[in-house]
Amino acid sequence: MSEPIRDKNGRILFTKEMKKTHTILVPMMLPIHFGMIKNVLLHEGYHVELLQNQGPDVVQTGLKYVHNDTCYPALLVIGQLINALDSGKYDLDHTALIITQTGGGCRASNYIHLLRKALVKAGYENVPVISLNLSGLERNSGFHITIPMIRKMVAGAVYGDLLMLLSNQTRPYEVVAGETDTLVWQWVDRLSAQLNQGKGYNMKALTQNLDAIAADFSQIMLNRVPKVKVGVVGEIYVKYSALGNNHLEEFLQSQDCEVMVPGLLGFVLFKTDNRLEDHKLYGTGFWKSKVCGILMNYLTKMENALRQAVLKYPQFVCPTPYAHMKTLVKDMIGYGNKMGEGWLLTAEMMELLEQGYKNIVCTQPFGCLPNHICGKGMINQIKLHDPQANIVPIDYDPSATKVNQENRIKLMLAVAREELAAQQEQANPSAQVTESQRETVSVG
Amino acid sequence: MHLNTFGIFGMFFHMEKQCRFYKPQIGGVYPVSLLEMERSKIMQIGLDIGSTTIKAVVLDAQGQLLFKTYRRHYSQITENAIKLLEEIRDTVLKGEPASLSITGSAGMGLAEGCDIPFVQEVYATRLAANRLLPGTDVIIELGGEDAKIVFLTGGVEARMNGSCAGGTGAFIDQMATLMDITPDEMNTIAQESTKTYTIASRCGVFAKSDIQPLLNQGALKSDIAASIFYAVVNQTIAGLAQGRPIAGQVVYLGGPLTFLSQLRHSFDVTLGLTGICPENSLYYVAIGSTLGGGDPVDIDQVIDRLEHYRPTEGYHAMAPLFENEDEYQEFLERHSRSVVETAQLTPETGKVFLGIDAGSTTVKLVLIDREGRLLLSQYSPNSGNPVPLVQAFLEKLYAQYPYVEIGGAAVTGYGEDLIRNVFNVDDGIVETVAHFTAARKFMPDVDFIIDIGGQDIKCFKIHNGAIDNIFLNEACSSGCGSFLQTFANALGYSVEDFANLGIHADHPVDLGSRCTVFMNSSVKQAQKDGASIENISAGLSISVVKNALYKVIRTASPSQLGQHIVVQGGTFHNDAVLRAFEQELGVSVIRPNIAGLMGAYGAALYAQSRKRDHSGIVSAQELANFTHQVQTVHCGLCSNNCQLTVNIFGGGRKYISGNRCERPVTKRVTDETLNLYEYKRRLLAGYGSTTGRRGTVGLPLGLNMLELLPFWHRFFGCLDIGVTVSPFSDREMYLKGQASIPSDTVCFPAKLLHGHVQTLLDEGLNLIFYPCMSYNFDEGLGDNHYNCPVVAYYPEVLAGNMPGLRTSHLIKDYLGLHQPKVFPEKIHQGLLPYFPDLTLHEVRQAAKAAYREYQQYMEKVRQQGDVIIQKARAQGQRIIVLAGRPYHVDPELNHGIDKLIASFGVAVITEDAVSHKVEKFPTKVLNQWTYHSRLYAAARYVGTQPDMNLVQLVSFGCGVDAITTDETRSILEDAGKIYTQIKIDEITNLGAVKIRLRSLLAAIDQREEEGR
Repeated sequence: MSEPIRDKNGRILFTKEMKKTHTILVPMMLPIHFGMIKNVLLHEGYHVELLQNQGPDVVQTGLKYVHNDTCYPALLVIGQLINALDSGKYDLDHTALIITQTGGGCRASNYIHLLRKALVKAGYENVPVISLNLSGLERNSGFHITIPMIRKMVAGAVYGDLLMLLSNQTRPYEVVAGETDTLVWQWVDRLSAQLNQGKGYNMKALTQNLDAIAADFSQIMLNRVPKVKVGVVGEIYVKYSALGNNHLEEFLQSQDCEVMVPGLLGFVLFKTDNRLEDHKLYGTGFWKSKVCGILMNYLTKMENALRQAVLKYPQFVCPTPYAHMKTLVKDMIGYGNKMGEGWLLTAEMMELLEQGYKNIVCTQPFGCLPNHICGKGMINQIKLHDPQANIVPIDYDPSATKVNQENRIKLMLAVAREELAAQQEQANPSAQVTESQRETVSVG
Repeated sequence: MHLNTFGIFGMFFHMEKQCRFYKPQIGGVYPVSLLEMERSKIMQIGLDIGSTTIKAVVLDAQGQLLFKTYRRHYSQITENAIKLLEEIRDTVLKGEPASLSITGSAGMGLAEGCDIPFVQEVYATRLAANRLLPGTDVIIELGGEDAKIVFLTGGVEARMNGSCAGGTGAFIDQMATLMDITPDEMNTIAQESTKTYTIASRCGVFAKSDIQPLLNQGALKSDIAASIFYAVVNQTIAGLAQGRPIAGQVVYLGGPLTFLSQLRHSFDVTLGLTGICPENSLYYVAIGSTLGGGDPVDIDQVIDRLEHYRPTEGYHAMAPLFENEDEYQEFLERHSRSVVETAQLTPETGKVFLGIDAGSTTVKLVLIDREGRLLLSQYSPNSGNPVPLVQAFLEKLYAQYPYVEIGGAAVTGYGEDLIRNVFNVDDGIVETVAHFTAARKFMPDVDFIIDIGGQDIKCFKIHNGAIDNIFLNEACSSGCGSFLQTFANALGYSVEDFANLGIHADHPVDLGSRCTVFMNSSVKQAQKDGASIENISAGLSISVVKNALYKVIRTASPSQLGQHIVVQGGTFHNDAVLRAFEQELGVSVIRPNIAGLMGAYGAALYAQSRKRDHSGIVSAQELANFTHQVQTVHCGLCSNNCQLTVNIFGGGRKYISGNRCERPVTKRVTDETLNLYEYKRRLLAGYGSTTGRRGTVGLPLGLNMLELLPFWHRFFGCLDIGVTVSPFSDREMYLKGQASIPSDTVCFPAKLLHGHVQTLLDEGLNLIFYPCMSYNFDEGLGDNHYNCPVVAYYPEVLAGNMPGLRTSHLIKDYLGLHQPKVFPEKIHQGLLPYFPDLTLHEVRQAAKAAYREYQQYMEKVRQQGDVIIQKARAQGQRIIVLAGRPYHVDPELNHGIDKLIASFGVAVITEDAVSHKVEKFPTKVLNQWTYHSRLYAAARYVGTQPDMNLVQLVSFGCGVDAITTDETRSILEDAGKIYTQIKIDEITNLGAVKIRLRSLLAAIDQREEEGR
């Protein structure tokens, strides 16, 4: 293969030619969401592959090529990509990598640069890296983000959010084991097929799909035994990625909990809204704020469509609107707090409490800078606001052991179970809850 | 060496004999039950399996404690659990039914695997306290690995230490080992202490970095012991209180607090109360686990399940060190060739040369002849005081070889100054030079040397016969070598035997490489997952190596190291470590048979090269009259007020340590005109507190306020609003605020702000001004101009966590100084609620003046920087750009490193004094933080100046620096400069910093001599 084409700073460009010849490797974060977004890219003519490699080798590879004090998500994402290149499965002359770039004041904006450094160290200096961002950073002739693409990706995220939201609420209670997951993957396939054909993303199709999904999930037979309800919040990667959080959701499910994980759309809204806040606070970025205002409206419509679909079924907990979440932290933390998850993280905890998820795991990479503030730094205030809040912050790191993490989570769960028992006691003062008193709920 | 194998738990065994059984009550009438069990009508067994011990209790149907015991499990958890249950079955149950529950971090996997009810241990503690000690407000429980605080009243809350603060009991054990005493001896001597030293409390590794040098300086063990207990107290409070006051009836539980009265005393003093340590304080967790009741179990069946228990999960294993015996034999054969030539010391030998390496944990002595042949050597643990060891060596030498003629002596290592002063040793040399000298003798074309000692990892690259680059570990990765030793001892092995166990391990455990505290907890996980002792041993050796490679040297391939690698240091005597190193890099290396003696050998070679007529080292006669006394005093010569350890020897000689500058020694003031940090401090001190017609605001002097003080001072001055500025930080101020820190892993500069705000509140201020700022000034050097998230938003943390701020006001508005046009309007809005008569016009004027003041301040710093550069050049002095962030000017934060550098006769300037001298240039990382843009620019500038070098100050926990250090290093190395990094935190001892700086200066000298 010929020498790659580089820009004036030495960055390898992803050319039009490469779009035809190269396979683009995508690191994994959220299986449902990313599965659909992958299909959007496939439809646009990119050969993409969503990486599934997991396990200690990924961590080891990360440790070897990334500064060990860098945050854990960087280490894992870079470890996963290089581990894939190491695997021998890919033709190195025809492989490219893609990674998101946010451009905020947190370390995450530097992941792409750390990846490039790591590639040089590992001897893959000729593998092109594409920056996936909406800020116009790092242009490539062979990779363009178009408005339809954005719309489709947002649709993928909305579908993902709904599937995640509803499945989390049915899985713990399903009468027929496995029914929920079967339904999730049926829908992922159906939606992927639509997206792959360039369909399913306009407002009409979206609304239809969302309604149909909610209707399907409402049909699942449930046995609503009282369970400990746990919310998961945190730095976006370790919150969502099983690789990052040592399979936290699985662990919580194994402990007989119902898990609620706030969706991706809120984060997208938050990042968009930041531009508007910046303009308000500092008077900067007038035109950017206009564009973001339009995007904000669009996203809010999507959010509303999702909410309307869920609201039809009162047995499901529905996410509150972004605007409402924002009011929840009004006197707690400033809206200018925008690095990482910023005030949204605090707001997500407040929302969970409001919805009855009093037990919360707040996840962050060890030494995560923004979470010192908006995560761990806000827990005391939240508890003042709601004394029932039972929050445990958990750090994730290559060297942090699962036994330590699970032990702390178990402490939180012990307190949660006690509270649940007390509530049951209050509801039924005469007796403990017995099998006969557990009602079987099925809607449809 | 005497190994206190049993450590803190040794005492447990003594106790056991005395109070193993409670006398069963005889007769039909039972006294009031100890525990009122509600449901259970059968006996209850509770097993508490912790990281180091296993505790068991049996309660009878009435909740009476029938049986209690504990033992150390030495990682043999299942075996010990079975033995205990069998014992209980045979001596207590005798066929009666009983229920069983397990608690404790190490018991979690076992309980799940064998289907035994598990109760989380902090929860169990709470249950027990509720029953046994009603009225308790707060429980503090310290275990081998974990620290816990449970608040019982006013909102129940249970907290455990975060990942970075593990290892309480294990830490005390480790410290006792360092001092060569048992924990109970430590407790005894702590009672006699007269003063306490400042010891970092972030974690065990950091604390050790402070304690080790204190020992080597000759500080009294009693004072150190007391200081260690206070460090544990501070670590617990700083990590766990998180803004909640610890008050009311406080109960102490767990092994360390049960057995160490002085530790309890330290808690009492710090908290200002008298806590109680109840009867059975060791068993609360086990008792608590039974309180949930439970169904009877078939004990034989449980034992059977335990016997068949195999951890399901397994652990992440790595390749074995040796595939087969042949490989091992080849390895042994190859390394047996690297031996040093030896000779006998006889009357004919002639002049001999003595080398001493007073390391952090060991003392090495080597005697060579004129040809460099090894005559005598000694390698011994320093047991906390190297002086008697050297004395004994010399006495023996003079007695056995009365004809010995010492032609020169040199000393290196942490104890260099002490030993040099005590014994009048001719030369003192920095360790890097000693090690390089020794390695070169072994392998003249050596191009990479790695030395892993007890405390430090030192690596240097050699180019054209000179040290080209130096890599030294920072605090986090220190203590690997001695960790191996302490760990081995804790399991009842000598370090040699323990390491050898790993040689034939089939599946070494992956224990990570963050730090020894993390490794310790990884071991716990591995134990849970069923790893054998052999595999743990091999895993530890591999971890030590990975730490050196990936954290200290930061390399992924051997080609970056060189062709001729010499490995040395005591830790490399372990074949497992040596093998792991070769395996990880895929190369063969040379390990001299005197690997552990190389520092001393190098010192001896150095002494020999000096070609003296006669050594001034103390003679046999002088040695006979040798006396040694230690006193501790406060220096009092400057505001640092260092705690000095004064060693007084016969003949009026004395040696002072603990000082940060040479003033108490030489009585001379270092030339501070060549220290820009000092100048900055003086400038900032000029912005003192003022009064104003409109009232007063408090300005906490932390983080970005240390640069923006001129701005705000002027701004409020113009508005006729007085300001009260908190002073520069000190230790006391830090302690004042530590209880409200919510995140124990945040950087020290941020933590200090709690103390600043508390100081202002204590002064009666009810309005504090400390705004949030996402953006910094755009100085045109980077791609963006952010503040880091902590600098940007720390006011939010203060507002949310400092109880004092609930009744006072903190103005924490989001402001953008980078937008001078918008700023006045925004701040006007923010101030109006407090100063309703402020007009926008006034604010605009004030802002204008403030911007001007700030510019003038920055300009003054730059000008003074130029003055210093010129003066240094005129005097032929080197210049070091001590590059950090503006807040590193605080003396408590930089620990006087600027003064230390100045004391070497080197001019010290700041990064912002030179960063404006270069244009924006491309970097390999996103250059988006203003403070760090200055750093890159300064590095770039230093690269163009032959007489300048850069030392980067890095705060522990600064995530941003994980990115900037690599980039700064590469900017400097591309320009042919040596990169030096100093990671700072609470650690106050400058021993390691001194070595680092001296190494840098020695390397520069040598490079210049070689005409590069």
